[in-house]
Amino acid sequence: MSKLKLATVWLDGCSGCHMSFLDMDERLLELAEVADLVYSPLVDAKEFPEEVDIALVEGAVASVDDEKKIKKIRDHSKTLVAMGDCAITGNVPSMRNSIGPEAILDRAYIENVSAQPQIPCIVVPKLLKVVRPIHQFVKVDVFLPGCPPSADTFYTAIKALVNGGPLDISALTRFGA
Amino acid sequence: MSEVGTEVKILVIDEQEVSAHAGQTILEVARENDIHIPTLCYLEGLSNVGACRLCLVEIKGSSKLTPACVTTVQEGMEVSTNSERLTRHRRTILELLFAERNHICSVCVANGHCELQSLGQELGLTHVRLPYRNPDLPVDASHERFTADHNRCILCTRCVRVCAEIEGAHVWDVMGRGVNCTIITDLHEEWGKSTCTRCGKCVQVCPTGALFDKSKIGSEHPKYPDFLPFLNMMREAQ
Repeated sequence: MSKLKLATVWLDGCSGCHMSFLDMDERLLELAEVADLVYSPLVDAKEFPEEVDIALVEGAVASVDDEKKIKKIRDHSKTLVAMGDCAITGNVPSMRNSIGPEAILDRAYIENVSAQPQIPCIVVPKLLKVVRPIHQFVKVDVFLPGCPPSADTFYTAIKALVNGGPLDISALTRFGA
Repeated sequence: MSEVGTEVKILVIDEQEVSAHAGQTILEVARENDIHIPTLCYLEGLSNVGACRLCLVEIKGSSKLTPACVTTVQEGMEVSTNSERLTRHRRTILELLFAERNHICSVCVANGHCELQSLGQELGLTHVRLPYRNPDLPVDASHERFTADHNRCILCTRCVRVCAEIEGAHVWDVMGRGVNCTIITDLHEEWGKSTCTRCGKCVQVCPTGALFDKSKIGSEHPKYPDFLPFLNMMREAQ
């Protein structure tokens, strides 16, 4: 049997979910026997592959770039997993929603800056008005809450996804876990 | 609390035959018999308002769902506390609560000790299908000991009831209508300038991180609302 193609993606999150994923430690070797990590901030691939079996997405959708990415990920993934609270609820990134991106950018790049105050507009993508969870843009197959989900949660969930076994998410984790 | 009579009623809850005193609520009888019905606004020791609707149950012969905390038992009643329909409704109620205000569990003072959060887990809520409202809500930190964070309030009115019924101060109340409802101290004064007696009962009964003790800031803020029935018992004995 050929190995499963696994991808992990980092949208508007803190990378804590990826750190927790790495906390699986030696169990990563077990995972490497059945899956190849084909795209991830942890590997070198620059383009999201044509066909991915399981895509784990960390972070909320906060910019036009995130929105474009999540649609592409959905189109090229068999199973899309919303990984962690930011992807599922908006979590901390969504705390700017009642304030608005203009006021936030102003505070960060104009008000509190002494040298060359200017709002970056080249290369960096435009922020969306509100930060939203990924399931408000695309269909999500599995929700894995937690901030971050624990390494044990990752291990149990990924094992169930790889083997196609039953998966009781609420027995493993919750919002803010 | 309901007026409990001496007359005995026999009814069926989840196919289990149970006996109750006339005047007892379905919820009280279910709890006495270790039958779990989820609740949020209900708290033993306070009056029942049926605000959160999580304790909805099905009664044979009625197509309507009935709140168990404010429905008294009847002879021969057949109650079912668990069904796919009830779970669906309860989950939707939680989704509405999560979507209505800014419940950011990961940075909440009540993370790990929150009744809304644990009910979400208990009812298998892994995401909220509704769009979040993200309202701009105030945090009142004017009180020297406590803070009211309206972002986390679910309007269960436990604070209003404990202040009026147990402390006898009636500092807390509800202002506004519908989605604009908010809990206020006195006539919408700052908490710190209100007639608050600083007893802290409202903080202990608050199911979420809406009311919290400033000295407990961080993520270790368990609450102990179980003092209420004992307080009532002691008062009744006097």
